[in-house]
Amino acid sequence: MHPAFSVIFFTVSSGAGLGLFALLVLADLFKLGGGLSSQALLMPGILAIFLVGGGFLSSVFHLANPKNSWRAVMRFRTSWLSREGVFGLLFFPFASIYLGLAWLAPESWLPVRYVFGIVALLLSWAAIFSTGMIYACLKTIRQWNTPLTPANYLALGHFSGVLLLLAFLPQENQGLFVFLAIALLAVAAFLKAIYYFWIVAPHISSTINTATGFNRAKVKLLDQGHTHGTFLTQEFGFQVARKYRLILKAIFFLIAFVYPLMILIGNPTQGGMVIATISALLGLVVERWLFFAEARHVVNLYHGAQRC
Amino acid sequence: MRLGLVIDLDVCVGCHACAIACKQWNASGMTGALTDYEPYGAEPSGVWFNRIRSYEVGEYPVSKTINFPMSCMHCEDAACVTVCPTGASYKRAEDGIVLVDQDKCMGCNFCSWACPYGARELDRATGTMKKCTLCADRIYDQNLAVEDRQPACVLTCPAHARMFGDFDDPESAVSRTVRERSGYQLMPELGYNPTNHYLPPRKAKPIPIENLGKPGFKEKLKTFVNKVVKR
Ligand code: SF4
Ligand code: SF4
Ligand code: SF4
Repeated sequence: MHPAFSVIFFTVSSGAGLGLFALLVLADLFKLGGGLSSQALLMPGILAIFLVGGGFLSSVFHLANPKNSWRAVMRFRTSWLSREGVFGLLFFPFASIYLGLAWLAPESWLPVRYVFGIVALLLSWAAIFSTGMIYACLKTIRQWNTPLTPANYLALGHFSGVLLLLAFLPQENQGLFVFLAIALLAVAAFLKAIYYFWIVAPHISSTINTATGFNRAKVKLLDQGHTHGTFLTQEFGFQVARKYRLILKAIFFLIAFVYPLMILIGNPTQGGMVIATISALLGLVVERWLFFAEARHVVNLYHGAQRC
Repeated sequence: MRLGLVIDLDVCVGCHACAIACKQWNASGMTGALTDYEPYGAEPSGVWFNRIRSYEVGEYPVSKTINFPMSCMHCEDAACVTVCPTGASYKRAEDGIVLVDQDKCMGCNFCSWACPYGARELDRATGTMKKCTLCADRIYDQNLAVEDRQPACVLTCPAHARMFGDFDDPESAVSRTVRERSGYQLMPELGYNPTNHYLPPRKAKPIPIENLGKPGFKEKLKTFVNKVVKR
């Protein structure tokens, strides 16, 4: 699949924003690490809303016909893309009101604030899950059609979220969140490692034989029927050599997991956390690029691929 | 009704006439135009509803060239429709034709990802998704003679490799042909239940190329003439 930069940016940015917001609400509800003061909630909360908003904007400009983008909420019943849009849009008012209450409202409003917080929390989980399901629901792309896809999106969203949160906290308040970050890092790295082993393992999949219906003989493409590329070759024909994929996977693990882990276990300063967070986010961009580059759509079978 | 096509791989000669007729009709049809990019440039490309590819099946000397036209299969379980977030993609209840409402599409490409058969192509000029309409603006046209109320590709095919009809009617010509000639669907394992069916090539005796035995008089004469006449 062709890796479009706007979609990569969108999923990394909104995933991190939603993960960050979910963790903020959780920290507030359960008083994690002694609870965050309303000031400590505010700045990361605003950043989270900006990350999600920026991601959504970039995804709208990725459309070929953005003026109809408002219609994307119309098929909530069947389309995961529509669900993502609805959950994402609902997230903004609830998240903003929650932050507003945390900032301005007196103590007696606490239950109201919690209600808005819990709704925003559920919406952010639903939105990240829907992002994953957009890809996971496609039977045409074996590499995406797995429960590992939404699991990865959820794990990476929360992992980048907790790093962002740590980057905001002064060293003396980090305590519990460092452990949380290490735990989320372990889960995310483990899931991603499973995914990478899983996609290269042999699979029963569609072949050029099932695609053409000639199941008892070798089938070879003679002529694509077009002189230059088509929409299909541009959108689905993208491929990277195995060697580069391996190198990119190594880079991803190094800058997204290994380096932040080293910072996390070594009593991190706030500055160190900022660098680790940036490093991890860059790693996620590499990961997302690979997620697209490694996906093989079955239409490639008609263009001569023997299996997908 | 469940309208669709039957494509006879035994007789398709790969002339691309169906693709051209399709483009001609639909350029001014309900989802036209079908934009071309750089049609006279070095890298011509553009939107087509119908594409013909050629495959070699088997290995030399036991091999055969198969020409393979593909357009939208108007699937019964069309994931392209369920994934569409805007409601622009829909499947008509009355005849099973899958269409894209050009006024609603936002050009997200998601439906083209969900289609296994490469039937959907984005038109960069309009920013909307385009696909085979089964000539929905032609097959019901009361102004046309009854025999002309068929998709443009079917009417034009010089080899009669294409048939159009109702698959819900077990006695329609398409249903009967599929039954008699073991017509099949592409990539059945994905479960889209495509309406269009393909007819496999008929069994033919291989043409012998080795151990042909002693040449007869005709063969000898041919060889002699070929020797004498310089080309
Ligand atoms: S062939 Fe593709 S576009 Fe046509 S109905 Fe089936 S899935 Fe949809
Ligand atoms: S490109 Fe258009 S028709 Fe296709 S899924 Fe998006 S909005 Fe629907
Ligand atoms: S017009 Fe008929 S013979 Fe020619 S490519 Fe199309 S189906 Fe085949």
